[in-house]
Amino acid sequence: MSALADLGIVFGRVAFAMLFVVNTAALLGWVERKQSAIMQDRIGANRASILGFRVLGLFHPIADAIKMLTKEDFRPARADRVLFALAPFVSVFFGLVAFASIPFGDTLRVAGREVPLQAVTLNVGVLYVFAMLSLGVYGVMMAGWSSANNYALLGGQRAAALMISAEIAIGASIMGVVMVYGSLDLMDIVRGQGALLFGWIPAWGIVTQPLAFVLFVTAGIAATKRIPFDTPEGESEIIGYFVEYSGMKFGMFLMADLVETTVIAGLTTSLFLGGWQVPYLVAEGFRFPWGAALALPHLLVVLLQVGAFVTKVSAMIFFMMLVRWTLPRFRYDQAMRLGWLGLFPLSILNIVLTGLLLLLWGARA
Amino acid sequence: MRVLQRFYLVEVLSGVALTAAHFFRNMGAHGRRALGQKSARGAVTIQYPEERRPYSPRLRSLHRLVRREDGSPRCVACMMCETVCPAHCIYIVATEHPNPEIEKVPARFDIDIGKCVFCGYCVEACPEDAIRMDTGILEFASYSRRGMIYTQEMLLSLEPAGPDGRPQSPIPIPADRQP
Repeated sequence: MSALADLGIVFGRVAFAMLFVVNTAALLGWVERKQSAIMQDRIGANRASILGFRVLGLFHPIADAIKMLTKEDFRPARADRVLFALAPFVSVFFGLVAFASIPFGDTLRVAGREVPLQAVTLNVGVLYVFAMLSLGVYGVMMAGWSSANNYALLGGQRAAALMISAEIAIGASIMGVVMVYGSLDLMDIVRGQGALLFGWIPAWGIVTQPLAFVLFVTAGIAATKRIPFDTPEGESEIIGYFVEYSGMKFGMFLMADLVETTVIAGLTTSLFLGGWQVPYLVAEGFRFPWGAALALPHLLVVLLQVGAFVTKVSAMIFFMMLVRWTLPRFRYDQAMRLGWLGLFPLSILNIVLTGLLLLLWGARA
Repeated sequence: MRVLQRFYLVEVLSGVALTAAHFFRNMGAHGRRALGQKSARGAVTIQYPEERRPYSPRLRSLHRLVRREDGSPRCVACMMCETVCPAHCIYIVATEHPNPEIEKVPARFDIDIGKCVFCGYCVEACPEDAIRMDTGILEFASYSRRGMIYTQEMLLSLEPAGPDGRPQSPIPIPADRQP
């Protein structure tokens, strides 16, 4: 019985993380349309209806899915049969599993059990998410290579080049955070951000590592392969790695981008925006720096924390969408220059500065 | 470029601030509209089939044939419009009019809208003011070329557009789309 309950808890944890990413990604298709429309003084897609109900165009993702599932699934005659079919799945899969070690709440105590609100408890969580994000580019490269199309190949190679230049900046900028909080476990990093600087500033990553935050968000947007870093797609020049794809396979590439957006937003939240931390909320309730305190039941605290995580991720996604609908695309060489001559040296500088400050102030960890 | 512009981040943030300002202003307007303030508009969109902008009174739209007071067509089948038409989209077959004071009347008067260039020369050329292009009807898509041909009966049944330029009469359904 106890083993069954444990299994159920593990299943629940995984299901929450999984469903959170999948549903967020599906919803992002709608968010993207509506947000861009409102930013541009338009109304946006609002015609899909079920029995006359339109609900702000919320049925458009469903209509899109039906459309893509019923379209012809075309494969070019000279395409590599296996890799061509595998590529979209690889792309989506690594995006989905990357979310596994991002914590969405503190430890939940229920019926004498301690449940960490995190799909997989990993003491190298940062490296795991990082590795899965990097592997995601294999799907894109496979798509470009197997399509037997020069433009697709170009797109795949651009994706690989962009990914390498962005991933190095991501990895190097994370190092500063890891140094400050002294752990590779995302849960520990988030716990560390619950501390207070000077007694009243929450020690979120954005406060302790402002430069790393800017670098990470920039490189993270590049890792999602979306505008302004959509050189792999480059719809006005090469159309990109999925030029030969149609139907739901094409849809999976689109979904992979949105899943990656969610993952990057989740990672940014965990590393820099305090994860599930609510300012001044500790396990027993609120404890304000001016001495006031408000005791809250455990379940409510956990609920507040999960809510805070979801809110922060949504805000981060909003910001990434804002950037995506504001900036034009970087030229390929500009993206490379930004990655190698801008982000990379700056993130190394950030590591050096962080080490220096930690040495002067005394290691916190 | 100034140093600050070369650094790029400040410029990006100012651009994002601009679009974000649009977003929140429009969201505020949408919210007020949802709460009942009908004057608040968060978008410039005109939702076309339901909402239309008023057409200009000078608009050249689908042709119509004008009737006499007794209901017969005013057209005397003089072939002026057919002759002047640069697209050769008008086809007239003339016949005798029962009234001896009127020489002819069209037995057939077909306009192939698929060929028409909407130049309005037929309206200019008509000595009887029998053909006009003031119906305000602009939607005449069809699945076949046959469906683009408007016959005399269809053209005679049309009314001029209202004061706001909106069509008064229903759009005639061509033969290939008759239920």
